[in-house]
Amino acid sequence: MSQKVLLTSKEVNIILHRLACQLVEKHLDFSDTILVGIQPRGTFLAERLKDMLVNEYQIPKIALGYLDITFFRDDFRRTNKPLEANKTQIDFIVENKKVVFIDDVLYTGRSIRSALTAIQSFGRPSEIELLVLIDRRFSRHLPIQPDYRGRQVDAINDEKVQVCWKEQDGEDAVYLINK
Amino acid sequence: MSELSVNHLLGIKYINKKDIDLIFETADHFKEVINRPIKKVPSLRDITIANIFFENSTRTKLSFELAQKRLSADVISFSAAQSSVKKGETLIDTVNNILSMKVDMVVMRHSSPGAAHFLSQNVKASIVNAGDGAHEHPTQALLDSYSIREKLGDVGGKKVVIVGDVLHSRVALSNIYALQMQGAEVKVCGPKTLIPRHIESLGVTVEPDLRKALEWCDVANMLRVQNERMDVNFFPSTREYAQQYGLDKTLLDSLNKEIVIMHPGPINRGVEITSDVADSKQSVILNQVENGVAIRMAVIYLLASKIQ
Repeated sequence: MSQKVLLTSKEVNIILHRLACQLVEKHLDFSDTILVGIQPRGTFLAERLKDMLVNEYQIPKIALGYLDITFFRDDFRRTNKPLEANKTQIDFIVENKKVVFIDDVLYTGRSIRSALTAIQSFGRPSEIELLVLIDRRFSRHLPIQPDYRGRQVDAINDEKVQVCWKEQDGEDAVYLINK
Repeated sequence: MSELSVNHLLGIKYINKKDIDLIFETADHFKEVINRPIKKVPSLRDITIANIFFENSTRTKLSFELAQKRLSADVISFSAAQSSVKKGETLIDTVNNILSMKVDMVVMRHSSPGAAHFLSQNVKASIVNAGDGAHEHPTQALLDSYSIREKLGDVGGKKVVIVGDVLHSRVALSNIYALQMQGAEVKVCGPKTLIPRHIESLGVTVEPDLRKALEWCDVANMLRVQNERMDVNFFPSTREYAQQYGLDKTLLDSLNKEIVIMHPGPINRGVEITSDVADSKQSVILNQVENGVAIRMAVIYLLASKIQ
C-alpha cells in the first residue's frame, strides 16, 4: 500500500477560503440558505466553512444541519458491511430554502442521490447545490456533478482518496492511497 | 455498527447485551425519523412482511404495521379469526402458504409458548415473536427498557418492580431477562396466586407488599390482569385486587421519592392503576407506545439486513 499527498494543510486552507468566497458570491447574507453536512465525513467540512463564513467573512447567522443518509441508501442488503447510521440534526424546515449539500469526496454520486431523497423528509427546498472538497472524475455511476469543487482528482477504481481533518485525524490533508 | 447475533427475534433469552445496545442505538435514529415532517425511509422497499396474529392485539399489531410501513416494507396482515386456521389448517401449512407468496419476514403472535421458536426451525423466513402464550414478548421488553433508559438515562443499576399478574404475563418474563441483562435489579409483587412458583430461580425476589415494593423501586411496571387467561379465580374479586395491588394517586404521593410508572397496556383503569396515576407526569405509558414504533423499526431493520 502506498500513499501520495494530494493536498497539504496549507493547500486545504487556501481551498476552503476559495470555497467560502464562492458561497458568499452566490448566497450573499445566507438568509435563505441552509448548509447541510452529509454524515459522517461531510460534517467536518461543513463546520469549517460555517466557522470561516461567520468569523472571517462576517456573515452573522448561518443555518447548518447534518444529514444522515443510511436509511436512504440503495445498497441495503447488497453489501457485506453492516451500514452504520449517524445522527441527523436538521432543526429547521427546508421548504423554499436554498440547500447546499457539503461532503468531502464525490465519487459514484450514490450518496448524493440518497441525500436528495433524504432531504425531502424536511420539506421541498427551492434549490439544492453540491459542494465537495474532492471531485473524483470519471467514476460517477449517476449524472450528478458538484456546483463547487475544491480539487478535481483523477483516481482509478482501486485507489482511495482519504480526507483527513484536524478535529478527527490530527491534521488537515488529502491523500491518494493505492490499495 | 455491528450486526445482531441472531436471525430471528424469538425472545430476549436468545439475544445478548450487545444486541440490546445495537437495537437501542438504531431505535434512537428511528425515533428522530418518526419525528420528522415526513416520517418514512425507503430502506425496506424490497422486503415483504406478514403479520400473523392468532391472538387478539391492538397496539402491538398497529405498532408493528406502522413500523413496517415507516420502513417502506410491503405488509400483509392476517388475523386467525378470518383465516383457514378455522378450517383446520396447521400452523406450518398456513405459514408456508404465505411464504410461497415470497414473504421475507413473519411477525407472529400465538397463544402457544414456543410457537415462534417452532416456526423458526421449520420455515424459511426471519421470525419476530410478537408474543407466544405466557412465554415471551421481546419487543415489549425492549421498548420498556428503552423507555426507562430515556427517562432515567440508564437501565443499569436501577430497581424495577413488576406488579400484578406475573403468572400469565409474557411481558414479565421478557422484562426480567432484559432488565437483568442490562444490570437492573428486579422484584415482582402480586397476590401469591399470580406469582409463579420458583420464580426466584430467575434471580428475582418476591415482595408481597405493594407499598414496600414501591418504596424500594425506581420504576414500577404495572401489569394488566389477564382475565381472559384465567380459567379459575386467582383472587376473590377485582375490587379486592384493586385495594391490595392497585396503584392510586394517594399511595403514589405518599412515597418518599418520585418513581416512574409503566404499563404495557391495555389498562384496566381503576384495577391496576387509577386514571389519575395513568395520566400523571410520572407515567411514561404513552412514551412507551411511541417508543414501541421506534424499537420495532430497529428490530425489523436489523433483522432484514441479515436476510440473504
